[in-house]
Amino acid sequence: MKHFFIRYFPLLLLAIAWELIARLELVSTSALPPLSDVIVAGVDMIKDGELVSNGAASMYRAGVGLALAILIGGILGIAMAWWKPVNVLLVPLVEIFYPLPKSALIPVTVIWLGFGDGSKILLIFLGCMLPVTIGAFNGARSSEQVLVWSARSMGASRLRMLWDVVLPSAMPELLNGIRTALALSFILLVSSELIVAQKGFGYLIGSLGANGTYDAMYAVVLTVAFLGFAADRLYLNITKRTLAWRD
Amino acid sequence: MARLVQTVSGSGEPPNGAPEKAVRFVYPLVWGFARIFSVVALAVAWEALARSGTFTPFQLPALSAVLERIWSDAVSGDLWINTALTLYRALTAFAICTVGGVIIGMAMSRNAFAYWFFDPIVSVGFPMPKIAFLPVVILWLGVYDLSKITIVVIDAIFPVIAATVIAIQGVERELIWSARNMGATNRELLHQIILPAALPQILTGLQVALPLSLIVAVVAEMLMGGYGLGGAMMTASRFANSTSVFAGIVEIAVVGYALVKAMALIRRRLLIWHQESTYEFA
Repeated sequence: MKHFFIRYFPLLLLAIAWELIARLELVSTSALPPLSDVIVAGVDMIKDGELVSNGAASMYRAGVGLALAILIGGILGIAMAWWKPVNVLLVPLVEIFYPLPKSALIPVTVIWLGFGDGSKILLIFLGCMLPVTIGAFNGARSSEQVLVWSARSMGASRLRMLWDVVLPSAMPELLNGIRTALALSFILLVSSELIVAQKGFGYLIGSLGANGTYDAMYAVVLTVAFLGFAADRLYLNITKRTLAWRD
Repeated sequence: MARLVQTVSGSGEPPNGAPEKAVRFVYPLVWGFARIFSVVALAVAWEALARSGTFTPFQLPALSAVLERIWSDAVSGDLWINTALTLYRALTAFAICTVGGVIIGMAMSRNAFAYWFFDPIVSVGFPMPKIAFLPVVILWLGVYDLSKITIVVIDAIFPVIAATVIAIQGVERELIWSARNMGATNRELLHQIILPAALPQILTGLQVALPLSLIVAVVAEMLMGGYGLGGAMMTASRFANSTSVFAGIVEIAVVGYALVKAMALIRRRLLIWHQESTYEFA
């Protein structure tokens, strides 16, 4: 606990500096409302349910999009490493679409699926799929030939080998790809909601900013930032546990 | 990571025992065709699907119409202005991230105070979706280039800092000791030993930051307007001009592809002395 406090002390310093700068009105309070006001506004928004209902909408979109991306991206990546025809067909496509800045797809998903949940889920799915695919592909490709041979000589079927040998050895890189996808899903979620949405965190930030209620806007911004950070830490912990068998 | 995904090993090699001369010409040809086959198939499928009337031209304009739009944008000069603006914003920010990120990273690994101060900020700031701060940046700096470049820097600098810190920590102690032993000054040590040895990982960080710069630059343009490829797409989308929206995607895809490839080339050139580049040619 003490160690924790010392380590994160600079953040506390920044928070105090924020409060002081705002209280002493070194910059205008509309540009930087005091941190205490922001916290109060955040608590108010939790109480009247505004933050929770918009947050639930956002989390639903990110969750479904990410789950689809992990499922389909993972299967594609392992298929690419395991079956040559799939590899020949998909590698050029992956090479072309991977560098595409995914935010360019925002207007198109809106054209296809409108302003609601569907377009955000599609965007997050498309944006997050390729990092997962590449992780799964690189991981599955690097499974040790010796293990594959042993499994085969012991009479494992192709499917059995996939499940028992290839998948576990693909795990570290696959999990790494999913971490990239997790970070990307937050970026895409917030940017698409900022640009076009009727609910969600991004929408809330945009509309509060347009109304000039900046303390509430800051509260939502901090909430989103914190959630992204917490999701990453939680994911890292789960990963560590999943990979505990490795060493 | 010179090439993002590599094909299954040995795919370009002629199979053993085949008559060599004939195979030497035919095999790469077949292989080359296989490589572009799926891209061509995708383009044909797009065109066919759009013409078949399954979707309205608003939902899916034909590829030919999209290419025509890009051509007319190129002739009128809009394409070049927008591309130049987006590149200017993304690459200026990327340059700031490169210099700033490496300097902060170096400071963190050489100075205990810098480490104490920046470590929690980086470890908390790296996984945050910093794009959420976009409205705050607009509030402070307005909607012009300054704020666009600022938000890109905020988003893309963290991978560079993190990669630099990890890279410098990973430099072999023996290298540093030997150099010290041979009388290298601190400055020489930094320039001749630490930076070159850390370069591969720093470049990996830059290869994460570059596509990120482009993603955020496009989002910033979409939200703030002011031309650029993202701004043009958003304007087109407001006027329900879906041909231009698709043209925008193709243009941004080409720019992204070119940047990522250029970065991989630079990496190969800079690391020509490093063992990873010999793998490449072997």
